[in-house]
Amino acid sequence: MLKIMIIGATSTIAQETARFFATEGAEFFLVGIPADKLALIKDDLVARGAKRAEIYEADLTDFDKHPQIIESAVQAMGSIDAVLIAHGTLGNQKAAEASVEVALKEINLNLLSNISLLTLLANYFEKQRRGCIAVISSVAGDRGRGSNYVYGTAKAGTTTFMQGLRNRLAKSGVAVVTIKPGLVDTPMTADIKKNFLFSDPATVGKAIYLGMKKGKDTVYAPWFWRYIMAIIIHIPEFIFKKMSL
Amino acid sequence: MTTPLNRLKQYKSWGRYPTVEHKAIHQIHWRSDLPDVNQFEETVLPYGYGRSYGDSCLNEGGILLDTSYMQQFMVFDAEQGLVRCEAGVSLEQVLEVIVPCGWFLPVTPGTKFVSIGGAIANDVHGKNHHRAGTFGCHVTQFELVRSDGTYICSPTENAELFRATIGGLGLTGIITWAEFKLKRIPSPLIDQEKIRFANLDEFFAISAEMDQRFEYLMSWSDCLSGGDSMGRGIFMAGNFYDPPLGAEPSTKKLKPFVPFDLPSIALNTLSVKAFNAVLYRVPLGKRVRSIVHYEPFYYPLDAINNWYRLYGKRGFLQYQLVVPFEGDNEPIREVYRRIAQSGEGSFLVVLKAFGDIVSPGMMSFPMPGVTLALDFAFNGEKTLKLLDELDMIVREAKGRVYPAKDARMSPENFRAYYPQWEEFAHYIDPKFSSSFWRRVTASANGQ
Ligand SMILES: Cc1cc2nc3c(=O)[nH]c(=O)nc-3n(C[C@H](O)[C@H](O)[C@H](O)COP(=O)(O)OP(=O)(O)OC[C@H]3O[C@@H](n4cnc5c(N)ncnc54)[C@H](O)[C@@H]3O)c2cc1C
Repeated sequence: MLKIMIIGATSTIAQETARFFATEGAEFFLVGIPADKLALIKDDLVARGAKRAEIYEADLTDFDKHPQIIESAVQAMGSIDAVLIAHGTLGNQKAAEASVEVALKEINLNLLSNISLLTLLANYFEKQRRGCIAVISSVAGDRGRGSNYVYGTAKAGTTTFMQGLRNRLAKSGVAVVTIKPGLVDTPMTADIKKNFLFSDPATVGKAIYLGMKKGKDTVYAPWFWRYIMAIIIHIPEFIFKKMSL
Repeated sequence: MTTPLNRLKQYKSWGRYPTVEHKAIHQIHWRSDLPDVNQFEETVLPYGYGRSYGDSCLNEGGILLDTSYMQQFMVFDAEQGLVRCEAGVSLEQVLEVIVPCGWFLPVTPGTKFVSIGGAIANDVHGKNHHRAGTFGCHVTQFELVRSDGTYICSPTENAELFRATIGGLGLTGIITWAEFKLKRIPSPLIDQEKIRFANLDEFFAISAEMDQRFEYLMSWSDCLSGGDSMGRGIFMAGNFYDPPLGAEPSTKKLKPFVPFDLPSIALNTLSVKAFNAVLYRVPLGKRVRSIVHYEPFYYPLDAINNWYRLYGKRGFLQYQLVVPFEGDNEPIREVYRRIAQSGEGSFLVVLKAFGDIVSPGMMSFPMPGVTLALDFAFNGEKTLKLLDELDMIVREAKGRVYPAKDARMSPENFRAYYPQWEEFAHYIDPKFSSSFWRRVTASANGQ
């Protein structure tokens, strides 16, 4: 059975994805905060069919601890077949505009922590010569917009990093999957008024599950965001800059 | 793995009547992060998947606590057949987890898009009421979070709160998780039999015999034909299919049920055709047997998403009554006559005999007798008047009307149907209220 490490396991999208793997009897190593919520997720996955779930509490902005997280996972599970990195915050764009500190904090959590983890994981999987690395990036990284470009920058950086990693690890038979969810109805977006573009986290979770199983390169979730973003990317900048987005 | 909800949630009820404005919606994502309801100025009401038809899941001007995001399982004991899960888990999700292990829900309503919290708060019933009672009969314990604290409730612990919360319309607190017993099944298939009955007399004659033979039983009946064929219809009965050893049929190869088994869309030509099609397929006096998957057997309507839209913007009213068995069941006949006369008729109605298993729920709807569920497109006063007339028949017969499907019964009738309401009111959390509750207790409070 698949052995899956989930980093940022309390994320709603990560939980939904994990439920699909659980019905197949997968084994989990769940990383994140806080421990009591990880414990709730563990019980949920086991009840839904997971063969086993281990939890590991870790603050992901503590980069020094990253090697230890991965070592603990390998030790507990024997090996890792797939990893899903799902932590992150939507942040507050206005606050980030007003404060360098806030902006850098966003970048730290949503980009630098990914780079740190991915660097370590890439070396692990490269040696193992098989497996799957999946990261939840965002459509927000496809083009910078006034309303959330700090978040968008972190996601664009993640997407580009993943692209390079994919190119490097293709030789080793490791799948590198960039996931770009659109608008999803999760606690992260609780304060945003829902419209028809919002998707159910279960729908997104299923797209991620299938994308990881098939080792896809980029997964837009749901699929129609691929076309929305294709249009958005092609709007000429002299028009785009005047739009309120 | 979670039920795709109506994610553009509009926080309406299934019948789209009435529609009300709420002050705020508060989503609950973790059972460990419940809001302290004392922080709100207004009253609160839990809201599951909004599959109640009328106003029992609405709280005009107040706050809805959306519990549908709480979707974690806690325990699935595949040996003993027991599930403990959060209140927002849907019946669909429970089935996904338990059916592959040879278990089924002890009781299920006609849709699987219902939360466990909602199933308890309305103490829902299904086609096996005569054998298994209501959902509440199978609940072993749950956690109830009230404005004054958290209570574990079971038949032996906080037993009064347990009884008040089953069928308690969300007024006694937030159910955060619940534990319930499952039913063993030999396969996910149903050995189904359809039998036609020519009128109500035949219905009652066959019903007693069918109750003995079948665990799951309901019928569709035609509300528009009068005279000798008044109440004609068709029984749909079934038991879980026990495949003979070595001859396990593949579920995949089975045809997806009679395609005509459409919902009871009132006065819709489609449903007239559908009904005739089913009726003529089954010759009088003959039994037509087939093996079908449980999905189309229990949940024929779930295949049609958002079917309430078929009724358009004005919405529709559901009406479900039960009247005790008595003599030649004159009240039921009177109901049929009244509907036929009014021309408002729900073309198809669901007709079933309830059994005598008593639910622990204080305010539970089912009682031994005949139940009838109808839907009516909302045509203003005319529709309301007809339902008031039906109320009088039910009241005289000492029956009840189902709150989960009600948007209009009068306070007087409510109190006649549920004389225990005053006892129940002691257990209502003072921070909780609903549009339904304010409506049916209006004059009683001197408002
Ligand atoms: C197609 C269809 C077929 C149906 N068939 C049947 C049937 O055969 N038999 C039957 O009995 N019913 C039937 N119903 C009605 C339905 O089963 C009930 O209305 C059910 O309670 C709806 O559950 P819900 O999760 O949508 O809850 P909602 O409708 O959102 O809420 C129902 C009540 O539960 C309360 N509630 C919800 N969650 C909680 C919680 N966590 N804690 C405390 N209170 C809570 C609410 O406050 C409200 O009072 C049917 C409905 C439909 C649409």
